[in-house]
Amino acid sequence: MTYTALFFQLLQNALVLCIAPLLLGWINQCRALLQNRSGAGVLQPYRNLIKLFFKDAVLADNASPLFRATPYVLFACMWLAAALVPVLATDLPLSPAVDVIALVGIFALARVFISLAAMDIGTAFGSMGARREMLVGFLAEPALLMVLFTASTISQSTSLITIVETLAHKQFVLYPSMTFAGVAFIMVLLAENARIPVDNPATHLELTMIHEAMILEYSARHLALVEWASALKLLAYMTIGFALFMPWGIAESGDWKAVPLALVLLFIKLIAGGAGLALLETLTAKMRIFRVPEFMGTAFLLAVLGLLTHFLLEMPA
Amino acid sequence: MNIPFTAQIINMCAAFLLLIAFAMLSQRRILSLINLFAMQGLVLSLSTAVVAYSSNQTHLYYSAGLTLLLKVLLLPWILHHLIRKLNIKWDVETLFNIPTIMLVGLALVVFAFNLAAPISQMAGTITKSTLGIAMATVLLSFLMMITRSKAVPQVVGFLAMENGLFFAATSATYGMPMVVELGIALDVLVGMFILGIFFFQIRVAFDSLDLKHMEKLKED
Repeated sequence: MTYTALFFQLLQNALVLCIAPLLLGWINQCRALLQNRSGAGVLQPYRNLIKLFFKDAVLADNASPLFRATPYVLFACMWLAAALVPVLATDLPLSPAVDVIALVGIFALARVFISLAAMDIGTAFGSMGARREMLVGFLAEPALLMVLFTASTISQSTSLITIVETLAHKQFVLYPSMTFAGVAFIMVLLAENARIPVDNPATHLELTMIHEAMILEYSARHLALVEWASALKLLAYMTIGFALFMPWGIAESGDWKAVPLALVLLFIKLIAGGAGLALLETLTAKMRIFRVPEFMGTAFLLAVLGLLTHFLLEMPA
Repeated sequence: MNIPFTAQIINMCAAFLLLIAFAMLSQRRILSLINLFAMQGLVLSLSTAVVAYSSNQTHLYYSAGLTLLLKVLLLPWILHHLIRKLNIKWDVETLFNIPTIMLVGLALVVFAFNLAAPISQMAGTITKSTLGIAMATVLLSFLMMITRSKAVPQVVGFLAMENGLFFAATSATYGMPMVVELGIALDVLVGMFILGIFFFQIRVAFDSLDLKHMEKLKED
């Protein structure tokens, strides 16, 4: 581990923290434009966060310490997850500590905490939201793991760094299994980040909300941290997607001169990915909660098919 | 991994065929089903052309062109025309429990891959590894015909099965002789016309295209 690597790790930590709300703002702006609205501008999430940080927090009388601690745990989990993914360079000192399975574990930890906190106050909405979140989560997690296993069997390693180096810097090969995994990953991304076919991030309509129902009781700095954590989660998922399915441009270890180019490419990918997500959300309608198991079942199936086609088509004869 | 680039493209096409087969299995709308069928034909014709290019088999170019003409343009056009005439363009079929059908489909895929493994080891073609996917496509189309209750989706399933068989022939032995291929193409076309006439007859007789009505043989 060199000091340069450490510097870039810190740089990435700061970078993901700063651009996560920007990504959210860009997606909201795209959605607004697609719906013929003028939109609040890409900087609106920052304004929201600042406003929330200056407000006085209100807590329910029967809130336990768990309820107070959860926003910090959530924020730490998502920041860690976003910092572990090779975004700019593969030489990250933090990254060898955690492979893709542990990464899924970090997301699961955050989910357990937010669900417990939602049930902590004892309101009907919180419990309902927590229950739905667990339903979506337990269906999405195996699908996500299967997607990651497909990439792992290709590169023979569960470390994200090795996966990126195999996919980006070795000889160019078309992987049919990765098409299946890609479709499955997009479905998981939509479900896990409370995007439209599964949950509407903009709704406060009582019957349909999942994520919003869980955070109804939060206010001020707690709410700000929760919102920021959701933005970081979306960014983490997007960058995992880029690392698996379009890893071109991520700098090799030791090749620090490639980092500025990687930064430019990252922004292009995020702009394209955000616009694509907004388009997808505009084109699809939110589905009933009882259709979600079907949706996630399809995602799991596609991921398993990806794994199977890898063994059929990509093994050297 | 050292697979030639053309073989990689063929593998990619095979993967897309499997993906489309699963999309057809879970599709509720008749119109989207027909569009998926046209897409399947397009991928099939593309992969046949790539096989022709990589193996220097000129007759495969003809079958690729034939596939493009028949299965991407003509048959979907006939089907579009039919569903407009029958006024079932926006029909939605209620399928029972899609996840179960998908899991059965997954089991079929595993079965087909295992079944094809010894055969593809003996084949000397560039496309030998895609045989498993071709078999899986055939079996999935079978499954689709079994799980559907309306007439038009069953016919689309039948046509998709023919696509799978065609792909199997290309991947195992670089396609069938030209005469056989022409004969099959004509068969499919004529079959389509006859089934189209059947649709109208079924509807006149039963007032619906639901094939459940045909299980009752006697009038009571």
